[in-house]
Amino acid sequence: MSAAALDATADGTSVALTATGAWTVERAAELERIVDAAARRYQATPSIDIDLAKLERLDTFGAWLIERLKRTLIAAGATARIVGLSDSDRGLIEELRLVNQAPAQRHARPNPAVAALDGIGRAVAEMGWSLVLIAHLLGALTAAALRTIAHPTRLRLTSIVHHLERVGWRAVPIILLSTFVIGAILAQQGIFRFRSFGADIYVVDMVSVLVLREVGVLIVCVMVAGRSGSAYTAELGAMKMREEIDALRTMGLDPIEVLVLPRVIALVIAVPLLTFLGSMAALYGAGLVCWLYGGMAPEIFLERLREAIWLPTFEVGMIKAPFMALTIGLVACVEGFEVDGSAASLGQRTTASVVKSIFLVIALDGLFAMFFAGIGM
Amino acid sequence: MSSNAAVISVRDLVVGFGGVTVLDHASLDVFDGEVLGFVGGSGAGKSVLMRAIIGLLPRRHGTIEVFGTDPALADEDQRRSIEQRWGVLFQQGALFSSLTALQNVQFPMREYLKLSPRLMEEIAAAKLEMVGLGPDVHEKFPAELSGGMVKRVALARALALDPDIVFLDEPTSGLDPIGAAEFDQLIRTLQRTLGLSVFMVTHDLDSLHAVCDRIAVLSEGKVIATGSIETMLASEHPWLKSYFQGNRGRQIAHRVQH
Ligand SMILES: Nc1ncnc2c1ncn2[C@@H]1O[C@H](COP(=O)(O)OP(=O)(O)OP(=O)(O)O)[C@@H](O)[C@H]1O
Ligand SMILES: [Mg+2]
Repeated sequence: MSAAALDATADGTSVALTATGAWTVERAAELERIVDAAARRYQATPSIDIDLAKLERLDTFGAWLIERLKRTLIAAGATARIVGLSDSDRGLIEELRLVNQAPAQRHARPNPAVAALDGIGRAVAEMGWSLVLIAHLLGALTAAALRTIAHPTRLRLTSIVHHLERVGWRAVPIILLSTFVIGAILAQQGIFRFRSFGADIYVVDMVSVLVLREVGVLIVCVMVAGRSGSAYTAELGAMKMREEIDALRTMGLDPIEVLVLPRVIALVIAVPLLTFLGSMAALYGAGLVCWLYGGMAPEIFLERLREAIWLPTFEVGMIKAPFMALTIGLVACVEGFEVDGSAASLGQRTTASVVKSIFLVIALDGLFAMFFAGIGM
Repeated sequence: MSSNAAVISVRDLVVGFGGVTVLDHASLDVFDGEVLGFVGGSGAGKSVLMRAIIGLLPRRHGTIEVFGTDPALADEDQRRSIEQRWGVLFQQGALFSSLTALQNVQFPMREYLKLSPRLMEEIAAAKLEMVGLGPDVHEKFPAELSGGMVKRVALARALALDPDIVFLDEPTSGLDPIGAAEFDQLIRTLQRTLGLSVFMVTHDLDSLHAVCDRIAVLSEGKVIATGSIETMLASEHPWLKSYFQGNRGRQIAHRVQH
């Protein structure tokens, strides 16, 4: 297969361009240069014949370049014709003669500064919008819950149990492990600092109050948001993409009742239980470190624990858990329903779900701190 | 029309999932430059055969050769060069959801060729126009396209590199009859000009009649018959009889006779 080329023979005011070789995709880049050079060179020539009789092979790429050459020459005021078409090539040249006739719509690229401001504005508006959507879903969820209470048979028990297993039971090992390690680290740091002024024993106060009031529930919520919130978003998003949610709706089922309610109920049940287990594991870790690293006998640790905490310390952590679970569930489902057709949006929404739910959990924790301080707990 | 070289040859192919055997010693040839129509009942395993040929499904037994090499046994370079020479239209379109229609068509060119952005854009626009889509769809994302438009963009993408073989899984389903006829015409043109070989799974009797040089029939895991549409219409095999001479088939038979 010889190299593709365009040979010119001039004859007075007319030029014959003879295409030779294979005008195919493999040589498209080279052919484009040849064609552009020819177009520049012969734009002032009144009459041009593009002869294809000597072509070895032609495909869409070659045919388009020939068509483009012809169009450029005609636009420059020449009479350009394609001659010497074999029967097999005619169809393709004819096809390409018809295409790209409408001027391509150019999309102006926005000014980068404007685009950056636009991005910030959108992000802020989106944040506000997602709070609205969360409120909206909370309303719809409450309505669905009330309907379910009125007709308990509509409660999807199987689904709740299924999700409870996924978000609760299967999360137990990793929650236990991480909270155990966190408890141990807190105790180790405490012993290390407090020992210098001989206050080792207060490590127990610090760790127990911190774990039961704040750290236990926060760690559990962060884990659950990353583990289950993201899964909820991805599931609902994929269902949305494949029109499964529309299908549910057309069958007269309420997606909130069928999909969201069981998931959120499962979270609201699971997170307090996980918080309890997590807090215990953290205290266990702390006790172990106090004993092995700090030389504090377990009896002394337990004795001090009894003095350091009272029931409300424990209650503060546990009261927060279901609210945080609700927040995670709502954010995850809102983001899932916001997925549009593309795979990229599924990824973005899943990320947004985790980031937003962790942020909102922390913000909620702040509100609770003020509230409990206010009522003296 | 068909020279004797087989561009695809499948021998004794067995493919199954778990305990189910979908293809049971199926054999099939696609010859250079022909349009092969592949028919069979829903769930017979047509898509499975296509996916096995392009190497997406593992096989339990048998050989598959594309351009004389087995894609599953080929090394990286060979595989890449084979992949560059085929284009695939999946039954569900399988467009990249985060790329626009135009970018979807440009994608294989970007991956395999070093072309100027202008040429890529023009060729992609030309391919889209050849499958009947105007500039208004260029910037649309797959989620914003109708079912038939998705099919067309997917076809344009399958044809992006001017491949030697195209695999089409039900290309005309979801197209209106006019669009389907134009599509048949396009396949004919491309096949004449580019010497394209086409492996086309279809249930569209009009397409079978209009563009297919040969028809292969899959039933119970085997290719039970191959031949021209006339052979199929004349066949006494009960399945073929009901497929080609049912209510819908009869009109085609009528047309063939005249
Ligand atoms: N990934 C898979 N796992 C299990 N079974 C499968 C899988 N893919 C296909 N099958 C089974 O293989 C059989 C053949 O499927 P295939 O998609 O090839 O049908 P088809 O002939 O293309 O039908 P249609 O005309 O409806 O598209 C079906 O019974 C299907 O259930
Ligand atoms: Mg199929």
